[in-house]
Amino acid sequence: MTETAGERRPARRRHRQGLVPEGPARASAHVCQAASCLSAQSDLVSEALTERVVAAGLGDVAVKRVGCLGLCAAGPLVEVPETGELFERVSPGELDGLVAALGAVQPGATRRPQPPFFARQLRIATENSGRIDPESLDDYLANRGYAALRKAVTAMTPAEVRDEVTRSGLRGRGGAGYPTGLKWTTVVKAPGEPKYVICNADEGDPGAFMDRSVLESDPHRVLEGMAIAGYAVGARQGFVYCRAEYPLAVARLKTAIRLAARAGLLGSAIADTQFGFEVELRLGAGAYVCGEETALMASVEGGRGSPSPRPPYPAVAGLWARPTLINNVETFANVPAVIRNGGDWFAGIGTASSRGTKVFALAGRVVNTGLVEVPMGVTLRQVVFDIGGGIVDGRAFKAVQTGGPSGGCIPEEHLDMPVDYESLKQVGSIMGSGGMIVMDDTSCMVDVAKYFMDFCREESCGKCVPCRVGTTQLHQLLDRISSGRSDPGDMERLERLSGMVQKTSLCGLGQNAPNPVFSTLRYFRHEYLAHIQDRTCPAGVCTMAAQEVAN
Amino acid sequence: MAIRPAELGAPSDDKRWRIVETRMRRTGQRPDALIEVLHAAQEAFGYLDPDALEFIGGALGVPLSKVYGVATFYSFFTLKPHGQHTCVVCTGTACYINGAPRILAEIRGRLGVGPRETTEDDKLSVLTARCLGACSLAPAMILDGEVHGKLTPGGVAERLEAL
Repeated sequence: MTETAGERRPARRRHRQGLVPEGPARASAHVCQAASCLSAQSDLVSEALTERVVAAGLGDVAVKRVGCLGLCAAGPLVEVPETGELFERVSPGELDGLVAALGAVQPGATRRPQPPFFARQLRIATENSGRIDPESLDDYLANRGYAALRKAVTAMTPAEVRDEVTRSGLRGRGGAGYPTGLKWTTVVKAPGEPKYVICNADEGDPGAFMDRSVLESDPHRVLEGMAIAGYAVGARQGFVYCRAEYPLAVARLKTAIRLAARAGLLGSAIADTQFGFEVELRLGAGAYVCGEETALMASVEGGRGSPSPRPPYPAVAGLWARPTLINNVETFANVPAVIRNGGDWFAGIGTASSRGTKVFALAGRVVNTGLVEVPMGVTLRQVVFDIGGGIVDGRAFKAVQTGGPSGGCIPEEHLDMPVDYESLKQVGSIMGSGGMIVMDDTSCMVDVAKYFMDFCREESCGKCVPCRVGTTQLHQLLDRISSGRSDPGDMERLERLSGMVQKTSLCGLGQNAPNPVFSTLRYFRHEYLAHIQDRTCPAGVCTMAAQEVAN
Repeated sequence: MAIRPAELGAPSDDKRWRIVETRMRRTGQRPDALIEVLHAAQEAFGYLDPDALEFIGGALGVPLSKVYGVATFYSFFTLKPHGQHTCVVCTGTACYINGAPRILAEIRGRLGVGPRETTEDDKLSVLTARCLGACSLAPAMILDGEVHGKLTPGGVAERLEAL
């Protein structure tokens, strides 16, 4: 469809973002453009679908490029929001069914009941994911975007904003669960100017892709949350520290920052007030330890990402020794909703100690891998079996791993436990940033512990001895056990050294590195014993060294 | 005070230095922009050689020892050029339990290269990544910038042999 000058306005406008009908859309196709679907060529799907819709003369059908639709396992995904129909594994060459469905949507159609994967979810941080075009500021604005920021800066004092966040009970979604309102208040009280806001988007836990998805699907939401935080704590400069392994998230963030600045939603005099807030993007360069806040700040300052002892906490002496607020992507993504709907509304969701929802990246040996957001307090069984659809190939569940290399493996006996910060801690794991990896009987738990220890050993920055040397020694012990070369004392050595590394390391990386060992020892001790005493790997994963001649 | 490109003294008149110089000027040549500028240089040249490190350090006012320290701290930066093709195998948890070790073993067996190695004919470099965040495609890899998922060891080796 080429246009020439002087031609009448075309009936419809085609552009990179898809297809926008002239009048109201009777039906629309939301084509997922998040990394997982994109790698399955969903960009070609949206192009081909646009052509097909035009060719079919469907003048009242929109084709929209949206963020993550959640069910990544079945990508590329296309949703028809009017009816709630979800088309899975869509191929650009086979669009007949989809085009026919779009043609058949009746005006005023209602959404059909959703399958459990969607019906069990409650979306706050990801409420716009899969609904708006992440590269369009207009689309975000049309969905109440920046309304919370406007409300905060025009109708609330910074103290009122902080009170609202405190009342919501929101806790840090990066893993530790520190009360967000309290952190904001500490930054305000700390002497020193200027103050900074940092968004931690260095999502390093393997198996975790919540932040990536939020940034790819709804980047303005994070910027809005940061600006509100800036207003509440008295900061005018923000940084997003994003890992370089997420090129799409980086590109969409850059677009969002540019569009928001141009529209006067970032920069000086936001919403014609005295308040100004700038956001700068900083790229990580592949160092897991930079997810730790003091290491992250060292990296933002352009140096090696080595952590420093706390106190002083960043809230008191952070970036360039100034008071600095560091929150995670998902925490900021919750803030606009808290301000818009009120802290009491948010506090009404979840459990007494853990309010609101949590986004999880469900992966591993589970049928419905993808991104889910559930109210705190649902059980692990509901997440793994109702939402996740159970184990692939009908195999037997063994464990669910939460919290990445700092977390633990939770066995079947605890599947009915509610998901909240305290419960997960009680069973020897942590909430972590939200990676949830399901394992079945094809995984060996000694091998899994070794895998995480190898991760920590390589990612240790080397500054403190317990972490640098301890993780290497622990890895060697685990290697000996898993290859059938251990001696009976190794189990005790493993436990003692794990305790020492935990107690004496400088930062969270080392302190938490032994967690996978502790949790597998606690629940899967029999697997360790099988390796040590019987020199066999029950799951058949580990290769055992040939039996040496006895004595 | 803005410094004109000529005064920065790029190591050669290779046009790619302009990309690096532009990035430096945009960041106000502040020392804390070091990582940003290293990214720009690696994007332009594919790796960071001693000339690049020295030039960037001088332009940002950062001692060479620190530039080297930063460039070697972060695994994303490489001081050696990669082969013609780059294959990054994800070793994140989901990929690990779904068979990433078998893929790496197959690559080593059939192409004779392990992680962080390049084939003798400089055709292929094999790298590993902590997690690509493409967990629902596990096991996954990035071949020349494109993500491929749900891999099998044999399928990967065949694809790489065909390069």
